[in-house]
Amino acid sequence: MRVFVERHPIWSLLIGLAVVFALWLIFAVWPPAFLDAFGRKKIFLNALLNGITLGGLYFLVASGFTLIFGLMRNVNLAHGSLYLLGGYVGYEFADLTGYWLLAFPAAFVVVAALGVVLQLAVFRRMEGQDLRQTLVTIGISIVLADLMLWIWGGDFYQIEAPSWLSGPVETFLVSGVKRSSGEAIFLKYPAVRLAIFAASMVVGIAMWLVLNRTRIGMLIRAGVDDRDMLSATGVRIQMIFVLVFAFGAGLAGIGGVVGGTFQSMAPGEDVRFLLASLVVVIVGGMGSIPGAALGALLIGVAEQFGSVYMPTYAVVVTFLIMVLVLAFRPQGLLGRS
Amino acid sequence: MALQANIGTAGLGTGVVERLAWLRRVTPGTWLVVLILLIMPAFAGDFVLFQVFGWSFILGMIGLSLMFLAGYGGMVSLVQMTVAGCAGYMVAIFGDSAITTISLGWPWYLAIPVAVVIATLFGTLSGALAVRTEGIYTIMITLAIASAFFYFTRQNYVIFNGFSGFNGVLPPALFGVDWRQPTAFYYLTLFWAALGYAIVLYVSRSPFGLALQGVRDNPRRMAALGFNVTAHRIAAYAFASVIAAVGGILLVWSNAQVSPGTAGIGPVIDILVIAVVGGLGRPIGPFIGALIYVLLRTFALDVLVALGLAGERFQLLIGLGFLVIVFWSPDGVLGLWDRLRARAERSRDVFRVNAGRGR
Repeated sequence: MRVFVERHPIWSLLIGLAVVFALWLIFAVWPPAFLDAFGRKKIFLNALLNGITLGGLYFLVASGFTLIFGLMRNVNLAHGSLYLLGGYVGYEFADLTGYWLLAFPAAFVVVAALGVVLQLAVFRRMEGQDLRQTLVTIGISIVLADLMLWIWGGDFYQIEAPSWLSGPVETFLVSGVKRSSGEAIFLKYPAVRLAIFAASMVVGIAMWLVLNRTRIGMLIRAGVDDRDMLSATGVRIQMIFVLVFAFGAGLAGIGGVVGGTFQSMAPGEDVRFLLASLVVVIVGGMGSIPGAALGALLIGVAEQFGSVYMPTYAVVVTFLIMVLVLAFRPQGLLGRS
Repeated sequence: MALQANIGTAGLGTGVVERLAWLRRVTPGTWLVVLILLIMPAFAGDFVLFQVFGWSFILGMIGLSLMFLAGYGGMVSLVQMTVAGCAGYMVAIFGDSAITTISLGWPWYLAIPVAVVIATLFGTLSGALAVRTEGIYTIMITLAIASAFFYFTRQNYVIFNGFSGFNGVLPPALFGVDWRQPTAFYYLTLFWAALGYAIVLYVSRSPFGLALQGVRDNPRRMAALGFNVTAHRIAAYAFASVIAAVGGILLVWSNAQVSPGTAGIGPVIDILVIAVVGGLGRPIGPFIGALIYVLLRTFALDVLVALGLAGERFQLLIGLGFLVIVFWSPDGVLGLWDRLRARAERSRDVFRVNAGRGR
């Protein structure tokens, strides 16, 4: 960081000013002139928090996608279908048992099992043929989408959050001042979204720890760098492939439960989340977990701000980010060239 | 994927006889197909002409543009349907439609070229973005562009009229013919499809096409030989976009409307399915794939109901069929056909089997 500051003093100054301005936007009480130009602070804060929590969801889904891609060079275009399947399975399980928390392991196990089947029965047979694998995943996504439509129909489903997480909580962020007394009003925000964001952070940190501090993580990182050399050293790389595929698919399943709780599930959501994961990993860098986190945060926040401040062009904002990244850094923000 | 280089013996000589030498290579089977296609309206009904063949030719053209990029350029682009949709939108916006508040009502000889040019520009720009990365990344980026176009047209009401799009987009009554009449439309689509097919065949054997195939097989060597790899790839996108744009305009005329769903994620994937099922190795592949797709789409419902299954499971059938093809014959139906023929020849040719070339 010090090197960066020494090399690019002007950029560092600009970035520093931007950070200070952003912090001021978030924590300060906005003066009236500012309120007139930008609207109420509550809207801004809500958009920001919605964007960050949406980014958490995107991270859950996209990290599995990028992990699978990084290790196996398999662009799993059925990832969105795995997400939606996880949502439906979680819904059924929560409905059956009445415990919301049970939906998570259920969705993880079921979708991970499907991932194992896919890896063993399909992708293992066409190893090294990137394009063919990708085409097969497209076929699988078509079949899965229609099967899910068959089973669950075209209705909207929503997983109900448990009572201890429903309703808003008061945060420490000031959204405005009371006109009469001058007291500060604190922003209220749905507890479930905050909880889920915290959970996705935990998942992210756990993934980072596993990848960087354990033996299996070391093997996976070695496989990302050079899988031929890794298998030549006697590691049973097929086992690692199955493991990573199962884990990535399971993460998509958990993402489905999360998405089903604070949004809803319906046919078409699979494509939406597939595209979101695509854009996130293109922006963040293929195969990079920190890249997925950064990309998910950027895209989530951009999407929410876009839909609040310029509703008709929200998609364009996301897309512009992708185009800019591709134009100046084709390997993604944190990707390796 | 095993793609055969379709390198012909171009540029042999300049004599008239030699120029027409390609005619001799056309097999009797091909002549028969051409003849049947030309006299089709004499015995086929309106439904078959318009819904089955008209639609197949259009989808085949859009698939052809993908086949050109994938087969000769090694770039699987999912943006071709979007280019077609873009051309359709432009025809509706610059020409006539029922949405008179937006449509500019230009005469066809202005609206159509402008539409093709804009769609080609769009396709070329998408290509310029996509070629910055390689291989499977291309699929991801073009899919992202395609979906951005879909969501944008759905949200934008000022230019694209949002969710409902444009209806009443009709072909001009050129030469006093109503080109949406089944027979007229059949010949219209047949003409453009045949033209597109011929041009792709010609370009694939031209110096540009050969260089493109070289770029597909070994970009580093081509770069070392002094070819501009990026420029060739972008030019391929531009060329393919023109074909897709013409196909898109015909598609809009056949439906008489264009909406975000015209170039939604479903149709984008369908074009890939069509091209892959038909075969990415030769330009005829997408047309075969399109015919199979349209036949399935049109008659699968009846077949499924007759078998006692729900008619809506048609998408499942398409998906499974696609999986089967990708699994067992990566070069599509054409590849299957080639292999069957090779096997038949082997069993006929006893000497070759005895020479140890049989399996």
